[in-house]
Amino acid sequence: MDAFLFYAAAALAVLSALVVIGQRNPIYSAFALIVTLCSLSVIFGLLGSPFIAALQVIVYAGAIMVLFLFVLMLLNVKREEDAPGRGGRALAGIATALVTLLVAQAGAVLMRAEPGPAPAFDASTRRMAEILFSPHFLYVFEATSILILAALVGSVALAKKDL
Amino acid sequence: MDHPTFVQHAVLLSLVLFGLGTLGVFLRRNVITVLMSIELMLNGANLAFVAFSRAAGTLDGQVLVFFVMVVAAAEAAVGLAIVIALHRHKDTLDVDAFGVMKG
Repeated sequence: MDAFLFYAAAALAVLSALVVIGQRNPIYSAFALIVTLCSLSVIFGLLGSPFIAALQVIVYAGAIMVLFLFVLMLLNVKREEDAPGRGGRALAGIATALVTLLVAQAGAVLMRAEPGPAPAFDASTRRMAEILFSPHFLYVFEATSILILAALVGSVALAKKDL
Repeated sequence: MDHPTFVQHAVLLSLVLFGLGTLGVFLRRNVITVLMSIELMLNGANLAFVAFSRAAGTLDGQVLVFFVMVVAAAEAAVGLAIVIALHRHKDTLDVDAFGVMKG
């Protein structure tokens, strides 16, 4: 059952990722990306990380994608049109070939590795909180709040009409 | 999920997602789709973190995923604000229109 869920979610993630980069209408891309993020959340859950799985749905599929859709609808984005005479098609072919080659190489190396037995693992929210608020990560955690504040001020300053 | 090959396949999936995101950055001409492809790459990296954290039996990778998500949220907010400002300037979202930084 776990295996079926895992491979179904993996196939769904790859298919919807293909739709994200293959689709000319960015609204459809955004919805396909939501499907990718949700199926990744399933995989996180199956890998024994319920906290990250919940965050994936709440923060990524919820907050970030709503931001994307909001901007898409605010700007009234049209379908991407073919730009004639841009000469980008050869470049696109080369990029596709290079990335495919790199992924195939890395995948071949990865599949040669002999996986050892997985150790015992407790990634409950309680354990996550204990680590996140331990002295080791506490200052990093506080620093991210400053980062969020800076991003907030920065995005208001950038998107404001007359500055 | 205890079988070690699932960890291996999860890392393979993260590799594929990262590659697809890279391709999206290269192939798409809409700035917002390029930003979404970057999110795809970040998710590939996140999946690798979670898979290796499972294989190692420690939680440090998961804490890193948490911080990657925070940074991704900040990046999306600032990036989309920049997109709105660019759209106001040039009235287009084509990346080729933004070749020159001079406003």
